[in-house]
Amino acid sequence: MKRFSFLIVSLAFLLALLGIWHWAIVFFHVPPYLLPKPGAVVDALWGGLVRSGGFYPHIGATLHSTVTGYAIGCALALVAGTLLAEFPRAERLLTPYIVALQSMPKVALAPLIIVWFGYDIASKIVMVALICFFPVFVNTVVGLKSVDRNLLALYRVFSASRLSILLNVKVPAAAGSIFAGLQIAVVMALIGAVVAEFVASRAGLGNLIQASAVSLDVATMFACVLLLALIGVGGSWLLRTLHRRVVFWEKSDARTTTEA
Amino acid sequence: MLVHTPDADNSPATGRAPSGGEPMLLIESLDLTYRSSRGAVRALENLSLEIAQGEFVSVLGPSGCGKSTLLHILSGLLPPTAGRVVIAGRPVVAPRQDVGIVFQQATLLPWKNVLNNVLVPIRTMRRPIEPYRRRAQELLTLVGLEDFAEHYPYELSGGMQQRVAIARGLVHDPDILLMDEPFAALDAMTRDFMMEELQRIWLRTGKSVLFITHSIPEAVFLSDRVVTLSARPGRVIDDLPIDLGRPRTLDTMSQPKFGGYCAHLRALFTKGRPERPEQSR
Repeated sequence: MKRFSFLIVSLAFLLALLGIWHWAIVFFHVPPYLLPKPGAVVDALWGGLVRSGGFYPHIGATLHSTVTGYAIGCALALVAGTLLAEFPRAERLLTPYIVALQSMPKVALAPLIIVWFGYDIASKIVMVALICFFPVFVNTVVGLKSVDRNLLALYRVFSASRLSILLNVKVPAAAGSIFAGLQIAVVMALIGAVVAEFVASRAGLGNLIQASAVSLDVATMFACVLLLALIGVGGSWLLRTLHRRVVFWEKSDARTTTEA
Repeated sequence: MLVHTPDADNSPATGRAPSGGEPMLLIESLDLTYRSSRGAVRALENLSLEIAQGEFVSVLGPSGCGKSTLLHILSGLLPPTAGRVVIAGRPVVAPRQDVGIVFQQATLLPWKNVLNNVLVPIRTMRRPIEPYRRRAQELLTLVGLEDFAEHYPYELSGGMQQRVAIARGLVHDPDILLMDEPFAALDAMTRDFMMEELQRIWLRTGKSVLFITHSIPEAVFLSDRVVTLSARPGRVIDDLPIDLGRPRTLDTMSQPKFGGYCAHLRALFTKGRPERPEQSR
């Protein structure tokens, strides 16, 4: 009952916001090429998703580059992070470069990546992989290295091999930290895809936003942003659910949020 | 033995009878010096100690007297600079699987349930699991957690987690149990309870125990002997037999004899300390 009434309040709040938006435009005579009415955004969504279906190739392109790039970037980060955490010498050698790369805004590389990998999906995948790499990489290293030293001692007393310690103790112990990195990477992945599409592309929601900007089709731009937000929320939710299922032993307050 | 042991099924019931034979643990003039950024640090100096079969010995010392270093040497993880350690007649030269270890933190694997945590040493040593399941279950009964085998560590209190760690320390039927301040992270009430619990468990299993602590009452309550170490470098400055009946209860702690032992041990720590006049600037 309490939940139900909260739902009512939430819905009322949303409707109120939309109402203010609509009537403010009517009242102040805001031209539609600056700010569309909520109805126009809904109409654009309906048009793109149902009437013509014109959004689907763009959604597909963005999803394709985001998911593929995310998988590649995260997989590489897991491998590289594990190697670095296991071999302290490599860590000492590589740390300065990693810090330098990490501090650099990866989106600044977007034009270069387009030059190297072309207008098509490959450059988007590379951009996404690059931007996803670091949060997962850093969290993997930190997670693997923060394992209780006494626990490692206990396993060594019982003659566990290095690989066995890594797989049976360190990786599960690092899982919470790794999942936090994976969650951050979801949001980052979408940023990478859209930025790369902005720079140069043939398809994708970022491409559609730019094309609509040229024709001052603000309603379509809003629709695209809304779709991107939905994809982001969906991805984050998926990762949070996975996190909770896999790392079931961690209390909910230990979970990090998805700050980008 | 009241707890079933798969590989020693027909061992005679020993209880806790300190045998007159060779000691279970023999530490001979142990020295440990390690290099740090500020030069060589001597952690242990000419440390000798014996623990008989079934004896409960506490090692008492101020923080930083090398107690945890000692534990690493005894379990074979750290070679000493000089001297030797013999457990059950065999010198310690590599990690030893016939010791059980309980740390200050329970260090359980949060992704394994209680029973599987107790079985961790067996799995790690690649011994067959099945024969040990029954023993693990019995040990859980011994530590009072028979109904929690399927629970996960995060569902247990600190004291319960530490009892799981004790069961884990005993599961492979070690010759000696090494305990490194196992109750230091618990609250005062739980500590009192755990002292009685540990005494009960020890009386039932008859294991030799080396109990590292810096709590004087805890050492006196639990031990047959209390060995006191000096501040770094750690060496033995006192070896006090505790002549109180068993089982001891919390009431034992209010006996004058108990107070006498505590006063004696406390004096060892205050004696060596330089005087600090209140006015000194």
